[in-house]
Amino acid sequence: MKGKVSLFVPCFVDQLLPQVALDTVKVLRRIGYTVEFPEDQTCCGQPAFNTGYWDDARPCAERFVRVFRHADVVVCPSGSCTTMVRTFYADLLAASSLRDDAIALASRTFEFSEFLVKVAAITQVGATFPHSVTYHASCHGLRELHIHDEPLQLLRQVKGLNLIEMTRSQECCGFGGTFAAKFSDISAAMGTSKAESIAATGAEFVTATDPSCLMHLQGILGKRNASTRTIYLASILAQDGQTNASQARESLAKKSFAEAQP
Amino acid sequence: MSATAAQRFLQDAAVKSADLMHREVIRRGMDSYDAAHLKGRARIKDWEAARQRCQEIKREAINHLDRYLLQFEEKVAARGGHVFWAANSEEACAYVKNLATRLNVKTVVKSKSMVTEEIHLGTALEKAGIKVWETDFGEFIVQLREEGPYHIVTPAMHLLRGQIATLFQEKLGQKIESDDPAYLMAVARRVLREAFFSAEMGISGANFLVADAGVIAISTNEGNGRLCTSIPRIHVVVTGIEKVIPRLEDLAVLWPVLATSGTGQGITTYGTLIGGARQSGEADGPEEFHVVLVDNGRSQLLADPEQREVLHCIRCGACLNICPVFRHVGGHTYGTTYPGPIGSVLTPHLNGIKEFKHLSYASSLCGACTSVCPVKIDLHHHLLQNRRNATEAGATKASERLMFRAWRHAMLHPRIYALGGWSMRKALRIAYGLGLQGSILDPMRVWNRYRSPVPLPAESFRARWRRDRAAN
Repeated sequence: MKGKVSLFVPCFVDQLLPQVALDTVKVLRRIGYTVEFPEDQTCCGQPAFNTGYWDDARPCAERFVRVFRHADVVVCPSGSCTTMVRTFYADLLAASSLRDDAIALASRTFEFSEFLVKVAAITQVGATFPHSVTYHASCHGLRELHIHDEPLQLLRQVKGLNLIEMTRSQECCGFGGTFAAKFSDISAAMGTSKAESIAATGAEFVTATDPSCLMHLQGILGKRNASTRTIYLASILAQDGQTNASQARESLAKKSFAEAQP
Repeated sequence: MSATAAQRFLQDAAVKSADLMHREVIRRGMDSYDAAHLKGRARIKDWEAARQRCQEIKREAINHLDRYLLQFEEKVAARGGHVFWAANSEEACAYVKNLATRLNVKTVVKSKSMVTEEIHLGTALEKAGIKVWETDFGEFIVQLREEGPYHIVTPAMHLLRGQIATLFQEKLGQKIESDDPAYLMAVARRVLREAFFSAEMGISGANFLVADAGVIAISTNEGNGRLCTSIPRIHVVVTGIEKVIPRLEDLAVLWPVLATSGTGQGITTYGTLIGGARQSGEADGPEEFHVVLVDNGRSQLLADPEQREVLHCIRCGACLNICPVFRHVGGHTYGTTYPGPIGSVLTPHLNGIKEFKHLSYASSLCGACTSVCPVKIDLHHHLLQNRRNATEAGATKASERLMFRAWRHAMLHPRIYALGGWSMRKALRIAYGLGLQGSILDPMRVWNRYRSPVPLPAESFRARWRRDRAAN
């Protein structure tokens, strides 16, 4: 056993995309980690923080620090929520008695792909995924956490996977949390531009370090009846080749995103 | 009741972001900029070191703004130039207007300057019966269209040459025979040439005010800046107080970095240094030289340690070019002098947080702007601070405040959070089963207008985890 990781499951993943977290657990266990899920966790505070409600975000952040402060290492399947802890807690909790704990915790909190490549020093996780995949560089992972090559290193080691680069892979998909609701027209237009870049690759799947981008993109792609589906990075890495390709595709679609259709 | 700035923004954004023609025109413009910018950056051996140096220079200047401005004023005055300190737009416009009236100015030629747009100097002079010619080609075009610049560096980037040909035909009173760019430029050049020779006053901006040399530095590509500042008998410089830099040698890095970030050029075609009016023994130049230093809210920003660095901006436009929001809504939608990320950061400071807070929210916080800023302004984090300031000033909606209060309560109590999530999913599944998706009763209708619905699994991750644990 390599050690123990505490799983930080973003609230929208917990509530809407449970498969993302299940696949994250599966991969971490497969490479030898014990995974614990502190059940007292809720949200890191990002929605309120990003909307300007720092006074409402602060107690959530303090609560998060209390829940996780004894964890050896925290792993999160989202670059954006990791950014909240890593980059913004120091500012948000500048005057809090938990400031020092928050800063210490920030240095032990990792986005999933950076944890695998930088901390666990592993790129080969024994995955098989015989499909074409294109990669969208989610903004917070890229520009706040400086995750550039890690997800690609992991994808290149997946057996059977055909990685196709999209144009403007680093341009925002248009999600942006409350931005998608407050400025729905702009958000959707940005999503459409992204969907066009994705479609031009002809890939079967688009993946990213942030399931929030993928949830938004799946919505845009779904509305356009596009053939490309979204799949979170860990859900690719969790594929071990036990099921055949079409079954995998079927079950993935069902498990992760198609449950919306009643 | 007239629409608020926020309502207008939303309406215009909806129209522009759905305008595929507009998107295509801007995409083409930006693609060629991107290519040039990348190539330009590759010419600089260590781009990051260059950005770092520019940031240090601007920080030094802004942190000692008083000293460097006084030094600049002293040097200009020593050569017979006049420096006027304008607290706001009204004072700045009044100074220039009175000067023009006193010296019997009938015609003014202007080179490109965003500060004159900010203070609406053109309108103020026209009201006083003075003819104002914009002489930058792009500015000339948008002036004929009676609209503001679309972009701070490329004011007419939203137009196709056919539109420009039609515009010239309508407004210049002559037959336009082609939409060939070289031909259209020749037409504008002939018109403007007459303006240059008839104007009594030339107005320019300044990219930098060099404190130790007491000169202004101007970068242009068309040569109109030199004509504006050397032919008319009066030259007036209108610029912001934040444009001062300590030393002439600082231009060695600022000029190429500005050009690279602005257009991808190694250096702008014309780099001009002007120290004042014609001195005895000199062949040309104006008889009078005036510099109007505009504050207009800048001192207030200077007093804010958290956001003071916004004054580092050298108006290169790089943050507009990379911004996915700008690319989709276009420059005019912002309804402000400065569009794009820098405008969204700056405008609430200059024009009021209550009226312009929406601009700080109109961003996905992707951070692309910050990654390209040549003076390393932390643009997208300043948007977050503006949002916090708006909330603290009580400028947000009561319903939203209440919603976040309820949200906070749920997040502090895991059981309420879990129950809330479960009921929400359940309710939506039932509602969608009844065919209410997208209807007025659908709380997700804004999302669902452009997207297929979010997944609504029967079981959350935490419920599944608990079940698995109980089973083992």
